[in-house]
Amino acid sequence: MKFLPLVWANLTRHKRRSVLTTLSVALALFLFASLRSVVTTLRASAEVGSESRMIVQSAKAIVFFLPMSYRERLLAVPGVKAVTWADWFGGVYQDPKNFFASFAADAESYLDIYRSDFTLPADQRAAFVKERTACIVGQHLLDKYGWHLGQNVTLQGTIFQGDWTFTIRGVYHATNPSFSEDALMFHYEVIYEKYPNWVQPGWYVLELKDPSLAQQVAATIDSEFKNSSDPTKTGTERAFNAGFVTMWGNVSFLMDSIGMAVVFAILLVAANSMMLSARERTNEVGVLKTIGFGDRLLFGLVMAEAGGIALVGAALGLGAATVLYPAIHFSAMGFLPGFSVAPATLALGVGIAVALALASGLVPAVSAARLSAVQALRHVE
Amino acid sequence: MKIPLVYNVRSLIRRPVSSAMTALGVALVVGVFIAMLALANGFKMALVRTGSPDNVIVLRKGADSELSSGISRDNAEIIAALPQIATASDGTPLVSPEVFVPTNLASAGGGDAQLVVTRGVTTRAFEVRHGIRITEGRFFAPGRDEVIIGTAIAPKLAHSAVGDTIQMAGRGWLVAGHFSAGGSAFESEMWGENDQLMPVLRGQVYQVVAFRLKDPSQFEAAKQALENDPRLQVDAHRESDFYASQSLVLRQILNFLAFFITTIMAVGAVFGAINTMYAAVASRTSEIAVLLTLGFKPRSVLASFLAEATFLALVGGLVGCLVAIPINGVVTSTTNWSSFSMIAFSFLVTPRILVAGVLFAVVMGVLGGFFPARRASRVPVVQAIR
Repeated sequence: MKFLPLVWANLTRHKRRSVLTTLSVALALFLFASLRSVVTTLRASAEVGSESRMIVQSAKAIVFFLPMSYRERLLAVPGVKAVTWADWFGGVYQDPKNFFASFAADAESYLDIYRSDFTLPADQRAAFVKERTACIVGQHLLDKYGWHLGQNVTLQGTIFQGDWTFTIRGVYHATNPSFSEDALMFHYEVIYEKYPNWVQPGWYVLELKDPSLAQQVAATIDSEFKNSSDPTKTGTERAFNAGFVTMWGNVSFLMDSIGMAVVFAILLVAANSMMLSARERTNEVGVLKTIGFGDRLLFGLVMAEAGGIALVGAALGLGAATVLYPAIHFSAMGFLPGFSVAPATLALGVGIAVALALASGLVPAVSAARLSAVQALRHVE
Repeated sequence: MKIPLVYNVRSLIRRPVSSAMTALGVALVVGVFIAMLALANGFKMALVRTGSPDNVIVLRKGADSELSSGISRDNAEIIAALPQIATASDGTPLVSPEVFVPTNLASAGGGDAQLVVTRGVTTRAFEVRHGIRITEGRFFAPGRDEVIIGTAIAPKLAHSAVGDTIQMAGRGWLVAGHFSAGGSAFESEMWGENDQLMPVLRGQVYQVVAFRLKDPSQFEAAKQALENDPRLQVDAHRESDFYASQSLVLRQILNFLAFFITTIMAVGAVFGAINTMYAAVASRTSEIAVLLTLGFKPRSVLASFLAEATFLALVGGLVGCLVAIPINGVVTSTTNWSSFSMIAFSFLVTPRILVAGVLFAVVMGVLGGFFPARRASRVPVVQAIR
């Protein structure tokens, strides 16, 4: 401990170099944490889906409607407590670049089934349910476009032709991080009335009496409709979400390989800087050895310096990533709801920092320890 | 007077480890930069190649993708009567009404079902759409439950070999052949005959109608005629523009990622270069003083050190290019969120991307070298030599 001032003095001798190297490490770990979080957030969204809710969709392809008559039949399946349905609307707000989820749902039953995933003030809920052309939006979406309660929002239909205007009557907060706040929901009746001969539910959501019944319920439903013209594919919400995650393909591999490249690139920067410092101090090492500093102590001093840079950098980078993303509600246009840095990522980041310190400090530390005093003092810059 | 570049090159070689590490750092950044751009570019090109500028694709008004579109048989016939449409040798119009449905198909080696586009066509489609070639087997026979599968997607699906029977929409379909389509998104699709697919898929509705123009310059006239026809509610797009626009959502994400990742990496690499160059200046203070004494202008010294940093980064950039080039052609797959289905495509490194990578390296070199070079040009001669 008493040598800390010496380590500190060494670090502050080339202030600029120490600061830049620390910042490089910080940037690397910030980037690492960000990339890793894409993977963990995707994985988390595959796992947080409810086990007690099930999604029933067309087995032919997700774009197919399921008959309205299925509602009663689904309700009659043993183990099913409640049923709701929804349709993907896919509206465009002003410009196709403004992408967010918009969908039509059977308002009351939908809000009931998802009650544990979001909060919506009771008066807003009542106002929304009562008014045919009303909609509710997530807080984040409201903030993003600067909307306010009572405002009319016009979407252009992509599947359902024309302009559709809805009045914002409610703003919900997601309490489950995987429930997107970048979404707009309105009444199923609105599209149904315009296209009564065409529109039917796009998917049904079931609430089970008991999650352990999931397999059995799925089997019952799928075999019941198997030979109809609209066969179904039933799975838990969790499995449904997991399906979405696999649709990204090998994103995890991409993120991890870039993460590796980043860490390696910064390792080079850090190691280079440690070696530059060590080379300039060859003479000093000789002096220290002459006045009685042991090999092991010199080794430790260089390692402590490398460790200081790596750990401070790690704290900055990992800290920034942890604080920043939740603060700006980053969600990659709604594709990664609940994006945040997981504790496991932080632990991994610290592990990388330690490895970085070892790798960057090792060569100079060993050479400092091995150097004989005579050789060092003879060394000419 | 200029200081010869040889001086800088020799100086770099005298510090091999430090120079190599800095250059390698730049190389990694450039490598990742190129790989990311090649990914975005490959995806874009797969869609761009799907369309042709002399074709027009007609969708329902307001539809932003083939997925959300729908066109009735009656409307398809009205469209087919348009005078701007080119005719085949037998005098019939080159029109291809098509069904477009993402369907669940079993993956090769088990695992979750994949969403793959099944496109219903008529044999006319092989004349209207560009570059479709059978690589194995034959085209599907009209009137039969047969399909052909794109070469990009076939390896990822179960029972997709020629002669196998693939399950789709609750029925078995004989795989008559595999087809290539010049690297376009069609290679990620399964094609069958409209009349066979319509009853089991969307019913008597097409999703799109594509046709060949007699003359590509007549696009505006055709578009006006279709969009102003009171019997139709459609949008007409030039096929090439339409498919390019279908890559928008994913391209935005990829470009953002490329920008975000490489900017942060680049800042780190620039910091590394700054460290290296400052150290170089510090250890060569007396050398610099000698140069100044010999009559070289401070301006020349600044230019010399800037050139050294740039050269170092340039070497790094070139190494980065070499490292990244083998990624060209590597096939990957993801979901195209516009069609909601899997699309397989390959990384595409173009000379333009390589040049961008090298320029990027040069910019890093200049940024990393400027302040150390300025320090070098201001070395106090008398003190330094003493």
